[in-house]
Amino acid sequence: MSSEFDRVANRDEAGAVRVENLSHSFGDVAVLDGVDLAVDPGEFVALVGPNGAGKTTLLRLLNGVLEPDSGTVTLGGTSTAALSAKAVSRQVATVPQDTHIGFSFTVEQLVEMGRTPHRSRLDWTSDTDPIERALERTETAQFRDRTVDELSGGQRQRVLLARALAQEAPTLLLDEPTASLDINHQVQMLSLVEELVDEGKAALAAIHDLDLAARYCDRLLLLSDGEIRARGSPEDVLADESLSAAFGTKTAVTQNPATGTPTVAAFTERPPADGNVHIAGGGESSVRALRTLWQAGFDVSIGPVPEGDTTATLADQLDCPAVTAPPFSPVSGKNREAAIALARAADVVVLSSGPGSGVVADEATEPRIRARLDESGGAKRATAAMGDGGPEPTATDRVVESEQALLTAVRECVEAVEEGGV
Amino acid sequence: MRIHTRVLCWSAALFGALVCTVLFSARVGPESIDTWTVARATVNTFAYPSGLSIETARAGVWGYGLNLPVPDLSYTQPFDLAVGRTDQIIVQELRLPRIFLGAIVGFSLATAGAVMQGFFRNPMADPSIIGVSSGAAVGAVAVIAFPIAMPFGLQTAAFVGALIAAFGVYLIATENGRTPVATLLLAGLAIQTFLGAVISYLLLYTGDSLEEAVLWLMGHLRWSSWSDVEVTLPIAVGMFVVLLAYARDLNVMLLGEEDAQALGIDVEWTKRILLAGASIITAAGVAVAGIIGFVGLIIPHMMRLLVGPDHRILIPTSALAGATFLVAADTLARAGPAEVPVGIVTAAVGAPFFLFLLRRREVHAL
Repeated sequence: MSSEFDRVANRDEAGAVRVENLSHSFGDVAVLDGVDLAVDPGEFVALVGPNGAGKTTLLRLLNGVLEPDSGTVTLGGTSTAALSAKAVSRQVATVPQDTHIGFSFTVEQLVEMGRTPHRSRLDWTSDTDPIERALERTETAQFRDRTVDELSGGQRQRVLLARALAQEAPTLLLDEPTASLDINHQVQMLSLVEELVDEGKAALAAIHDLDLAARYCDRLLLLSDGEIRARGSPEDVLADESLSAAFGTKTAVTQNPATGTPTVAAFTERPPADGNVHIAGGGESSVRALRTLWQAGFDVSIGPVPEGDTTATLADQLDCPAVTAPPFSPVSGKNREAAIALARAADVVVLSSGPGSGVVADEATEPRIRARLDESGGAKRATAAMGDGGPEPTATDRVVESEQALLTAVRECVEAVEEGGV
Repeated sequence: MRIHTRVLCWSAALFGALVCTVLFSARVGPESIDTWTVARATVNTFAYPSGLSIETARAGVWGYGLNLPVPDLSYTQPFDLAVGRTDQIIVQELRLPRIFLGAIVGFSLATAGAVMQGFFRNPMADPSIIGVSSGAAVGAVAVIAFPIAMPFGLQTAAFVGALIAAFGVYLIATENGRTPVATLLLAGLAIQTFLGAVISYLLLYTGDSLEEAVLWLMGHLRWSSWSDVEVTLPIAVGMFVVLLAYARDLNVMLLGEEDAQALGIDVEWTKRILLAGASIITAAGVAVAGIIGFVGLIIPHMMRLLVGPDHRILIPTSALAGATFLVAADTLARAGPAEVPVGIVTAAVGAPFFLFLLRRREVHAL
């Protein structure tokens, strides 16, 4: 936290947002509690966090819609407490969450309203330059004479951005700018904001899509229960433990192969389920089995799996005990023992068709299920490479070929074990 | 510049329509007078204030009284075109005061209606929505039931009653310096209902004046005088200018209060100005003419269909169209063998028109 302010202290104060120790409550409910943040020109910062974390409230405190209970908001070096509504709106322009605008204002009229902070009350002239620039920048000039309610959601969001640009404020606040857009328009919208930021604007956006936030923003602020729980680069914030806590669910971060930015997967609430399941072997079958069983609420252990295998990564993110072994060599020694110990502790053992399953298959005495969830040649090759093809199924093994069948089989085995009084 | 041009063109056209309606209306009556005579007599009527003296007028209640200083303007009439003496008197003293007052009342109600519909973002809003008309009615009926001797006693009581009611609704709906529009609407409805009970109760005590009270409640321009015009015109024009000055803010307020605040509008202050302006201009109209419905509802609607939602053009065009409409409606009201209160005419014409709009679903697009 202190590093943030050290960094800030060295920067130019103008055109930037500074928030210190900001608190706000609605009645008895504290929505924000001691929030500090800073946004500088040329910086695109995302405010992420679960619904109800206080993201929108924070933006409302920044643009003057709400007055803070305590703490200060400083815009361009001046505290908002000393600024009129008009002066604040010359410092920050807000792109509201796309709400239905039920009035037949034309696009041009709506964008013109962005000039409100720059005009005196009786001045009805339209200083067309900023309006034209805003229309062109957002590529909305072609529908300037259409009414706003004729536009699609994506177009309307661009018009709202144009209105904010017409304000000619150094800072942009965006409240869920992509919430109602399809994936193509989401990317368009944020690319446009990214360009504006490169041209010198400061932007703070409440974005609930963590992947998009990570892809476009320089920094992430994780807001949860009215406090900033993590801040920093997208990689750091998404990997932070507080992320799972904030969203109340397990999350897993991987790299998006197309964009090279971190991508987050959230898992839905797991139902409680009794039973320990051990999965032996890696590969596609194993990943699917792990995902299915973990999601169903079972305690799952893994091993052996090749190091760096997708199963190993997933098990790590799900906090499942796992035994890994170097790939392309036989599993031996400590790893072998550990994997067998895990298998013995489990109620059911699931053998994948992937590499490493044979080690456990020979030793485990528990009910065994053979998961053949993928029939691609890749798994077979990998199996061979690990020096372990896995034995042929014995008569007592159950063979399942779908996630649903696997789940049913595991449940039946677990019940049988419990009834057997083991 | 485009908005200026549009405002000027529309206003000029509507002003032309108003002038024609006034001239036509001044022809109509038991004594039919031809258009050119009416036009000349109207020009002759034109007067400008040329002197001011203070006179005393006696005001009193139940025999107690005091002398109040009252400003008295003297006027100069610069024109003297050839018009028969009788015709000049009929036009100048009987017809024109009533026509002018009708125009001012229509102007006021339509202005207030345009503002209120924008303010409440509700096409069903009309000037009386925050209890202005009910308050005026209480004041007026109270004075009719318990007369006081005072110049403009009835009008003053109605005006004051209107403002007290509006301010009361505002106070009830305001909490911590904020006045949510929905609360205002509901408080207005509740106060209107309550004041309706008060009016009915007061009507029991009007005795021989019951007819006068009922007539006032229906809205009429029968006893219009130039002095009514003198008092009402400055209030109407003054408030119109104030409201027009806030036309752009009102446009931005249509986007929602949060957006408006983010665009630099001081929302609560603007709401206060708009409410006060609309209430005062409505009160001025209602005080001299009684409760005339539907002008403030229909006219802004119709103009919105024609000129769009921009209040910079909607307010002036609604005002002029409202003036024209009420003059025409009042002409109809007094054209028949027996005069009917103009409020009946506006409602009878306005309600079907509103239903027509409703069927065409135009009313949904504010």
